[in-house]
Amino acid sequence: MMPIATHVNDAPAVKTIRFEESIIAAPGQFVMVWVPSVDEFPMSVSYIGEQFGFTYQILGEGTKALSAKKPGDIVGVRGPYGHGFSIKGKRLLMVAGGLGMAPIAPFVERAIEHKSSVDLVLGAKSSGNLLFEKRAVDAGAKVHIATDDGSRGFRGFASDLTASLLKGEAFDGIYTCGPEPMIVKVLEIATARRIPVQASLERLMKCGIGVCDSCAIDGRHVCRDGPVFSEKDLRDFVDLGRAKLDASGRKVPI
Amino acid sequence: MSHLAVEICGLRLRNPTMLAAGILDETSASMRSIAEAGAGAIVTKSVGSEPRPGHGNPSVVELPFGLVNAMGLPNPGIAVYAGEVSEAKKGGVPVIGSVFAGTEDGLAELASLMEKAGADAVELNLSCPHAKGYGAEIGSTPELVEVICRKAKKTTRIPVFAKLTPNTSSIASLAKAAERGGADAVVAINTLKAMAISPEAGVPVLANTYGGLSGPAIRPVGVRCVYEIFESVKIPIIGVGGISSGRDALEYIMAGASAIQIGTGVWMDGPDIFSKVNRELLRFMEKHSYDTVRDMVGVAHHGRP
Repeated sequence: MMPIATHVNDAPAVKTIRFEESIIAAPGQFVMVWVPSVDEFPMSVSYIGEQFGFTYQILGEGTKALSAKKPGDIVGVRGPYGHGFSIKGKRLLMVAGGLGMAPIAPFVERAIEHKSSVDLVLGAKSSGNLLFEKRAVDAGAKVHIATDDGSRGFRGFASDLTASLLKGEAFDGIYTCGPEPMIVKVLEIATARRIPVQASLERLMKCGIGVCDSCAIDGRHVCRDGPVFSEKDLRDFVDLGRAKLDASGRKVPI
Repeated sequence: MSHLAVEICGLRLRNPTMLAAGILDETSASMRSIAEAGAGAIVTKSVGSEPRPGHGNPSVVELPFGLVNAMGLPNPGIAVYAGEVSEAKKGGVPVIGSVFAGTEDGLAELASLMEKAGADAVELNLSCPHAKGYGAEIGSTPELVEVICRKAKKTTRIPVFAKLTPNTSSIASLAKAAERGGADAVVAINTLKAMAISPEAGVPVLANTYGGLSGPAIRPVGVRCVYEIFESVKIPIIGVGGISSGRDALEYIMAGASAIQIGTGVWMDGPDIFSKVNRELLRFMEKHSYDTVRDMVGVAHHGRP
């Protein structure tokens, strides 16, 4: 159990909790966060190293209860789990949609620390929903903004902006997290140009440690084999962008 | 030449390791990947008549010596799951369908549906310690175990395994009851009823409060149960509980198990645990001149034949 150090709003219905403790994790890895007597869920680590933290959207009862926690209140944290992003090459393109920026933000920072250049396509519904833009700019990334409503930057999806960006520039690898239809499009674009891809996926997760099968995708497990998968796995996944399991293990369309 | 193949109730297994019920077996693709990783047979998720989401989270607590879980029997229901069973069979190893229900008629019907789905055997879950009205709640008295097994045997032609609970004063009595009811084998043990409390939060950790302890911590209990059962029944025993090495498997086999299952070991070592256990078993057999696994079954009772 850990006391919360800070709890701030980063966008409408999006908040970040940080702790005094540090964590050793790769960007893209996650922790299981327990709100006592309420629920436990997986959260991508959005601040790595000292005063680690995670960023979440208020969606259901569990995150609503979490959002009411104040500094000094305690939550349970286990992890980090899974496989995160790994830097391959010197010129990196990162594509983050909405809350997908949570694991991408620390990756931007780490990649630049490792002397890679980073172009970031940051997408959101509207300008107010853009997450961690300042962090990326401060880290030294070249940031390209896309908003669905055109209130900032390119009007349209992050994947469309990615496609037009790739016409003029070459990259060693593409790294993405966000809504699954966006990931599918980014994968298509990258495959056509033969650029390696890593993408962080999301599925209903219960145990978080590779035993319960609830986060299965085509025989692999988001909690243990992922959440970050590389292009070979991504191309093999029949269910990518199509189907996921519900709490009882029934396949439902995405 | 030593070899690992075993036959249990007519099922031919390339080795004595099975995936235990409830671990990476909600989807056929996962079950097939476990078969590819080296398991000799697959036991499916425990399946009921209707879709069931299971308990809320936290559903698992990690400990240095095992897990406490309360998944709560999540499953998509037999109608949907039947398709997963037939797909899982493409993994090339026997598939044993685990079923749970609140009544003997319910279990018998599910056993028959598992047979129709293509299962090579059925495992009756008489032992889940954390689902109200199911599992251990109907499997803790010899009288009910006997009735349930008899009914299931009437509705199916495939072998019927009874998975027993250690949360009882005499697991041997339950095994004897299963044998009287016509069960073809018994599986021992399921998890030990357990719980975890967070001192800081001052509440139980599991959403369901109660769960079941699995992993290395329960192995001595499981070995003792199999040893006692071996002295009480003639039908084969499948040993399960805390196996993560060849030596662990040997303890169960020498206590009387004809085959073994691995569950929590998958958490510890990943699916590769099956090939690891098999490799270690074979090395031991070669070193100690045992030709077959069968030659080692029950050795701790009667010495080498």
